Order: sequence, then structure tokens, then C-alpha cells
Amino acid sequence: MSAPLLRATHLVKEFPVLGTGGIVRRPDTFRAVDDVSFEINAGDTLALVGESGSGKSTTARLAARLLDVTSGTVELDGEDVTRLGRADLRRFRSDVQVVFQDPYSSLNPRHTVERIVTAPLLYQQRGIPGGARAFTRSLMERVGLDPDHSQKYPAQFSGGQAQRIGIARALAVGPRVVVCDEAVSALDVSVQAQVINLLRDLQREEGLTYLFIAHDLAVVRQIATRVAVMTQGRIVEEGDRDAVFDAPQHEYTRKLLDAVPRIRPEWEAERRRNAALAAEGAR
Amino acid sequence: MSLLTVRDLTVTFPTPRGPLDAVRSLDLDLEPGGALGIVGESGSGKSMTSLAIMGLQPRAAKRTGSVRLLDQELVGMSEAELRRVRGDRIAMVFQDPLSSLNPYYTVGLQIEEAYRAHRPGTTRRVARRVAIEALERVHIRDAARRVDHYPHQFSGGMRQRVMIAMALSTEPELLIADEPTTALDVTVQAQILDLLQEIRRETGTGLVLITHDLAVVSEVTDHIVVMKDGVCVERGAVEQIFTRPQHPYTRALLDAVPRIDDEIGELRAVANEKNGGPA
Ligand SMILES: Nc1ncnc2c1ncn2[C@@H]1O[C@H](COP(=O)(O)OP(=O)(O)OP(=O)(O)O)[C@@H](O)[C@H]1O
Ligand SMILES: Nc1ncnc2c1ncn2[C@@H]1O[C@H](COP(=O)(O)OP(=O)(O)OP(=O)(O)O)[C@@H](O)[C@H]1O
Ligand SMILES: [Mg+2]
Ligand SMILES: [Mg+2]
Repeated sequence: MSAPLLRATHLVKEFPVLGTGGIVRRPDTFRAVDDVSFEINAGDTLALVGESGSGKSTTARLAARLLDVTSGTVELDGEDVTRLGRADLRRFRSDVQVVFQDPYSSLNPRHTVERIVTAPLLYQQRGIPGGARAFTRSLMERVGLDPDHSQKYPAQFSGGQAQRIGIARALAVGPRVVVCDEAVSALDVSVQAQVINLLRDLQREEGLTYLFIAHDLAVVRQIATRVAVMTQGRIVEEGDRDAVFDAPQHEYTRKLLDAVPRIRPEWEAERRRNAALAAEGAR
Repeated sequence: MSLLTVRDLTVTFPTPRGPLDAVRSLDLDLEPGGALGIVGESGSGKSMTSLAIMGLQPRAAKRTGSVRLLDQELVGMSEAELRRVRGDRIAMVFQDPLSSLNPYYTVGLQIEEAYRAHRPGTTRRVARRVAIEALERVHIRDAARRVDHYPHQFSGGMRQRVMIAMALSTEPELLIADEPTTALDVTVQAQILDLLQEIRRETGTGLVLITHDLAVVSEVTDHIVVMKDGVCVERGAVEQIFTRPQHPYTRALLDAVPRIDDEIGELRAVANEKNGGPA
């Protein structure tokens, strides 16, 4: 078997926080990620699911080297990237890109879409194939945005549209790994379906590898090959998608699956019946 | 009397290609204690509707029509009066929690300020207790300590819960929640949705819930408005919408819902979707 493309080993992240008690507040630390290890093979999608505040985003930021580890290692394609210097980090960034949770706050409000999506290439001192305008237009088309809006600012787009700008920016550098932190959460179902299909197509055609964070388990079921479940800074269960969904081992995973909101099955059945009847009647 | 009555609400932006209606001739009705869901694709005008109800539409936009809260007309009100209505009677949870919290103040201080603006004369001690209780209500662990943390020290879902805590601390008559649980894991989501139901029952707070999650809407709301391109294409009682959708767009939306138990296939994106973006 080939080595995993992305490997995280014993990741720990501690944040300094103010302690409580007394008039003098002593500095204290909070362990947001507590000994997390995982591997992702090229062309696979590992979904990270779990409790809010359990450390999913922090784990993702560590793996993408946006945050320094307290301890542990991150390897890309067998190379230890945990302590890369500035120049090497630049190379790393063209391999690993991130799409964030908050669409507006992760996009510079004073920059146009064109400037936003071409910025990573400029930062990496790479040329823009075909020129900025044409390049931006084709990227916008790829993520289902109207290319005529390349000179608009983030605030002029709705939440879901803004999220697609973030995806376009990530794709701009032609990465091997894309870390998606709630990247489709703000999208309505129809756009969400488009973006999931887009992500899957890109994976099929270009062999992209994803670390995919989402709280929507139905979405995870659609896109993941493997699933890791986090709670309180630790991964409590990891396995193949269907194994985790169909035979969850950990109590927290079961709690999570039970809490998934569902449209009442009897409503669904009635709707399908009515739709079938209507189709019948039309014939 | 209806809690919220919206008539012929229109929000228009000037654009180089002429005026564009982000919301057009929209009517909404909500009873006290009722829950109205607004669904629709990205860019269909859901957030703009909620902003316009509160008079918070962008400066460039023009708002016309009527928005009545009980017997009070909000369109045409002075900014000072409106501010009082917003602090006191209508609370809103915004779609993007990070950009709606002030990064320079602790979350506790922000909840305290919101509460004290609503209840002048409240001491800091009392306001602080209210803030801690509000955080506990939305299931923030270790609330007494968390109250002194800054927004960036919270996860996305926790920030969203802070926003909800802040909105509920003033016991509003109307709560407008724009994707309030989008950033939350399903167990916290379930707790928050229960909390919203509990508050409706106990205080008669009316809820306008904007979300693209049709399963959530089906569990929480009693009436639904389906929006597309700024207009309402279908409205009705929740069961009616979910069992006998009339408009092709509503049907397509229901077909596109990813299902956790379904086999994996190409998801059906809603056909003929527009690319979106400002025209
Ligand atoms: N800069 C920071 N300083 C202090 N604490 C932090 C900081 N960033 C994150 N944390 C804490 O670390 C924990 C994990 O946060 P993280 O954002 O990774 O959670 P998450 O699993 O992504 O949650 P969500 O699903 O709500 O986005 C939280 O308790 C959070 O408050
Ligand atoms: N400042 C602006 N100038 C011009 N058009 C704008 C402006 N702000 C928003 N719009 C447009 O108004 C329309 C409605 O946006 P709105 O934010 O209400 O959508 P939404 O239904 O909430 O979508 P989402 O589900 O993605 O949040 C969008 O097409 C958007 O591009
Ligand atoms: Mg997160
Ligand atoms: Mg919106």
C-alpha cells in the first residue's frame, strides 16, 4: 500500500486563556486538540464530524499549517512539514488549501472577487495562466457563479454565493489537498448539491484529496470515504463511512446520528405518492 | 391580532443595469407564538427580507411596503424609535456570527450591554448573572469562565450560540433567526431548536426562521414561505408544503435534500438554477 498523502500524528494544541478565581487572574491553558492522529490517502475524503467546540476547526488549521502545533507532527507525502520555514511553507500552501466556515469574514471585504481569487497565486509568486480576468471567469464558472460579477465585492453576494468565492480561491492554486471547514454548510440544498457534485467531480478528475468538516451528516454520507468522530478534543471513533453510519461503535456517534433532523417519513411517502399520481395523471 | 404583518415589502438596489428587486411584493403573517419558515435558494432574498423587516437593509437599498408589529407600523419610523423597537421587541440572530460580534469585547460584556440597553438601571452584577445564565441556556460549558472570553476564542458553533443567548436575554416578542443552527453540530442544533420551541411556548415569542435545511424547517415551523428570485412562489402550512408541494421549484427543492439513509448517487441539483450574484 502506498503511503498516505496527509498524515497527522499525536497532534496537540493548547491555547492560553485567562484563569478564573481571585482578583489576580493567572494565565492558564486550554487543550483544544488532545492527541489527534489520522491519515488520508490520495483521492480519499476523510470527514471530521462531531460536537461544536470539539476541536475540528483547530485540527484542520493545524493540518493546513495555519496554526502551529503544541506538539505532534504533520506530514505531506511522507515529508515532515511541521516546522517548515517561510519559503517552504509557500510551497506547502500550493499543495494544501482551505475553505473556511464563515464566508464573509474569511474574504477581504475591500477586494473584488478577481483580486481575492488571484491573491494566492500572487502570494506564491506564480503567474496567472491566461491573465487575471479570463482565469477568474473560468474559476467562477467552475463553482457556479456568474463570471460577469468578477469585479464585485463580497458584501454584494449572498452567504451561499460568498462561500463559492472561497472555494474558487482555494482551487486557484491547483492544490492536492483541500481542507473544507463547513464549506457547504451555508449553502442552500440546491447549491449545496451542485458544490458537492463539483467537489466529487474534481476528486474523480484531478484526484483531489479532502479533509472535510461538516456537521450535516447527510452531506458527510454523500461525500466521505472515511469518517472520524470528535468530541472534546479527541477522535473517539474512526472508520469507513458505511461502517460508522450503519454500525456506530461509540456512544457519542450514536447520539449524533440520533439527533439528525429528518423530514417525517410519512410526509415523504405521501409526497412521493402524490408526485407519482400527478405523473400518472399527466400521461 | 397578528404579531407580524408584512405587506407588499419590496427592497430595491440601484445597479448599473437598472433597479434590481432583491425582494419583491412580499407578504408575511405571523401569530404570537407562531413559527414561520422562510426557505429558498441562495440569493433568493431571505436575509434581505429579515433585514428589511428591522429597517436594517443596506443604505443603497430602497424599502417600500408595510411592516407592522402588532399595531405599530415600522416603515417610516424614525431611526431613534426603530432602535428602541430593535432593542426591546425584535431580536435577530444573524447568519454570520463572527462578523456580528465585536472582536474587541468579551462575549459577556456584549450580552450585558444588550441587556442593559433593554433594561436601563440594571446593575453590572445583575447583568453579569443574566449573561452567565444566558450562556448556560444555550449549553455553553463552563459558562462562568467563558463569559470573560473574546469571540475569537470560541468555535463557530459556540459563537452562534452566543448570538442566540444575546437575542433571547431580552425576551423579545419577535425573534428573527437567519440560519441560526447552520454552524452547529446536530446534537447542539437539537438543543437549540428545543430551546426555541420552549421559549415560544412559555413567552409567546414569535419566530421567523430562515434556513436552507428543510428537515429543520419541517420540525420547527408551522407555516412556510418558499422564495425564489426575491418573490414568494409558494406558501402554506408545513404539512401541506411537505406532502403536496404545488410549485415546481418547491418540488425540486424537496428532491434535492440529501438523505442520510439513501444510496450515494449524483445529487439532484435544482434544475435551471440561476448562477446568482448581483445583477
Ligand atoms: N484562539 C483561541 N483561544 C482560545 N481558545 C480557542 C481558540 N481557538 C479555539 N479555541 C477553543 O478551542 C475549542 C475548539 O475549537 P474549534 O474551533 O476547533 O471547534 P470546532 O470543533 O471547529 O467547533 P464548531 O463545530 O463549533 O466549529 C473551543 O472550545 C474553542 O473555544
Ligand atoms: N449591496 C448589494 N448590492 C446589490 N445587490 C445585493 C446587495 N446585497 C445583496 N444583494 C443581492 O440581493 C439578493 C438577495 O440576497 P440575500 O442575502 O437576501 O440572499 P439569501 O436568500 O439570504 O441567500 P443565502 O441563502 O445565500 O444567504 C442576492 O442576489 C444578492 O446578490
Ligand atoms: Mg469549526
Ligand atoms: Mg442569507
